[in-house]
Amino acid sequence: MLGALLIVFREVIEAGLIIGIVMAATRGVIGRGRWITIGIVAGIVGAAVVAAFAGAISDAFEGSGQELFNACVLGTAVVMLMWHNAWMARHGREIAMQMRELGTAVSEGARPLTALAIVIGLAVLREGSEVVLFLYGIFASGTSGSALLLGSALGVAAGAAFTALTYYGLLAIPSRHIFSVTSLLIALLAAGMAAQAVQFLNAGGIVTALDGILWDTSAFLSEGSLTGKLLHILVGYTARPTEMQMIVYITTLFVMALLMRLARYSPPKPVAV
Amino acid sequence: MRILLLSFMLAAFAVSAPVGGASSNDDIVIIIKDHRFTPSEVKVPANKRVTITVINDDVTPEEFESHPMKVEKVIPGKSKATVRIGPLKPGRYEFIGEFHEATAKGVVIAE
Repeated sequence: MLGALLIVFREVIEAGLIIGIVMAATRGVIGRGRWITIGIVAGIVGAAVVAAFAGAISDAFEGSGQELFNACVLGTAVVMLMWHNAWMARHGREIAMQMRELGTAVSEGARPLTALAIVIGLAVLREGSEVVLFLYGIFASGTSGSALLLGSALGVAAGAAFTALTYYGLLAIPSRHIFSVTSLLIALLAAGMAAQAVQFLNAGGIVTALDGILWDTSAFLSEGSLTGKLLHILVGYTARPTEMQMIVYITTLFVMALLMRLARYSPPKPVAV
Repeated sequence: MRILLLSFMLAAFAVSAPVGGASSNDDIVIIIKDHRFTPSEVKVPANKRVTITVINDDVTPEEFESHPMKVEKVIPGKSKATVRIGPLKPGRYEFIGEFHEATAKGVVIAE
């Protein structure tokens, strides 16, 4: 039972951290509850579909289908996160100001909500499909599944509690700073996802250039440990990064910063004559 | 009806045929049975990209995972998957079946 709990918990917190950050990043935006719910529900449905076709996906593209699929999912999420951050760079200040003045939600921001709903949906889809497969395995093996199912249910509950903890932890940040903090978190999240996508392309034999390992910190902090896992999700921690991963990580941060800077720039208002 | 049945069989053959013919002569094969890897110790050449075919003989899915080799791959029950690893420096690289970590353990030795 404990094993099942840990396995499910590990998968759920990956999506949970992302959901927690996204919820904090959209604090004060009207209609976000609906979009976040849509993202989660679509993600769960998608996870079931992906799990059902896991064999077909895996066999596609000469056995590289799963890697290609994961890389595409991560790549899409990275683009959506960039879009969100660029949008926030332009409008975040107004939202924070209005939130302080009115103490209420503002109607601004239907557009980045779609982007973030997609990010949430993809995160749930990716991690959820593994949970669905794991649960299917419990049913498929037939006997003595109830303890495992209970463990899995507790794992989902613990993962949800962890999501809430992330969200309320981030809410403790004063509203003046919250968007700078969430923008930074999202930038690091995106860079980590991009580096992970590169590794999937490498494992699929699609991008094999610059695959030398730069360093090995696994003795210091293993990716399998909870801290390693959390850092992996949050900032893309990898014990053995390849050269290509490092290049893509830095490039993503650079592009993100550039987009945010361009978005922040507002042309001078025309002077009325 | 008979034609329908025949075309079904043909289709089934067409789908299953490439699976049998895919393995090349120096392919490394690992079989998962009863949540254990056989062989649980695999020797591969160092500093080379190596393809391992993992056949899951169990009805339950498994996730072939190795942080040292930077691999994670879900393998549904009663199916097989291609895992590409390397180039590896000489050494021992552990892998696990994440869904049954207690029994599903193995190691790749690069030399």
